[in-house]
Amino acid sequence: MPVQYTNVIDEHRTTRGAAGLFDICHMGEIEVKGPQALDLLQLVLTRNLADQTIGQVKLSALLNEEGGIIDDLTVYKMDENSYMLVTNATPKDRDWQWIKSIQQEEHFSCTLEDISDQTGKLDLQGPRSEEILQKLTEANLKTLRFYHFCEPPVAGFPAIISRSGYTGEDGFEIYAASDVIDEIWDKLMSAGAQSGLKPAGLGARDTLRLESGMMLNGQDLNESISPLEVPYGWIVDTHKEFIGKTALMARKNSGIGSKLVGIEMTGRGIARHGYKVFHGGKEIGIVTSGTFSPTLNKAIGLAFIDITFSAPDTEIAVAIRDTMTAAKIVKLPFYKRSK
Amino acid sequence: MSKQNPKDRLYSRDHEWIKDDDKGTVIVGITDYAQEMLTDIVFVDLPEIGKKVVAHATVAVVESVKSVSDIYAPLGGEVIDVNTRLEETPELINQDAFGEGWIVKMRLSDAGERKMLLSADDYDEMLKEEKS
Repeated sequence: MPVQYTNVIDEHRTTRGAAGLFDICHMGEIEVKGPQALDLLQLVLTRNLADQTIGQVKLSALLNEEGGIIDDLTVYKMDENSYMLVTNATPKDRDWQWIKSIQQEEHFSCTLEDISDQTGKLDLQGPRSEEILQKLTEANLKTLRFYHFCEPPVAGFPAIISRSGYTGEDGFEIYAASDVIDEIWDKLMSAGAQSGLKPAGLGARDTLRLESGMMLNGQDLNESISPLEVPYGWIVDTHKEFIGKTALMARKNSGIGSKLVGIEMTGRGIARHGYKVFHGGKEIGIVTSGTFSPTLNKAIGLAFIDITFSAPDTEIAVAIRDTMTAAKIVKLPFYKRSK
Repeated sequence: MSKQNPKDRLYSRDHEWIKDDDKGTVIVGITDYAQEMLTDIVFVDLPEIGKKVVAHATVAVVESVKSVSDIYAPLGGEVIDVNTRLEETPELINQDAFGEGWIVKMRLSDAGERKMLLSADDYDEMLKEEKS
């Protein structure tokens, strides 16, 4: 997937205004099957999956023993005793080894299979996604709810259609065999021509997710950060047991010291990953993601800072090259689509 | 396709141009090829007037959505003016890199340094090699 096909701003605005098609084949897919598949997933993931229905998708976190985030991934319940995990690209092998080792240690009766190589994935995102995809499938997409999926043929090929994404828009994540994914891409591009569909790259994917306040694994999240320090408290269910819970509770009881917050530049400049954040001349944290927002026409970012200064409207400064540039804390998300 | 590189100015290997204005000073900008590589320019960090720079030192910074790029002084000298229009409309560089999108004006400290720069023809040749 290239950074851009034409240019980032155009691809970004096309996705918000019509639809963008993203080649996401780099992400990982792991199948977990067997009578104890749910037991394994309940132990390794933070989210309670006991009430998950077949056809439902749930976002969850995979933690290490210290409560740090190995990955944030989605869980597809395909059938009783059958799940698909969709992982981020970079931690894919780490996820696999971690989950596999726990399955073996605990002797859970289930099998794991890494199906990443044979699985292709396209994200069709934007307000016109439904009308485009509807031309290639007989499933009634109107009845497909957010964070749910169905398995109808797409352009004649077996596929999974999930109403979800990473842009803050309505849209679909489409999975199919990797050897037919190029053909599905072409059919979608043709079907979407009159609706204004364009291919979109990694650059637009990053600005779209950031405007929507979504975090990027490896950049805003890493194994030293727990879900309690980032806006992921909601995917942690402390009413069940899971790996990392003890450490997480200890962190909570001793007091969370840092927090990931939204920032907006009020002075001239663009905050970028790695820039330092100050308050009253004192260093209080670091920018984890920063860009120019094509929708809002201003510079926005995420910063990991001392929790003392995390209230919205707190005035801070970002060191941009050799200049302290004014910024403030803002509530997430920066952008929310009107429904 | 990039616009033609005008013959009325000199070029650096870092894709900047300098052009004499009628006051014995020079105007500095980036080439059309450079703006194409940078894509949508959304922010320009201009130097203070009076700033003295040596050749190849950073004189300004331009940012696209994805990237931050230093603009180097093609030759040494003093910044005597900046294109303040770029503060509100940085896209002028994308639209007209050789004209309205100029970045700074400088008084050169050593006019003899000019021989380090390329003519439009030499710069065209360099781009051909870079692209091949």
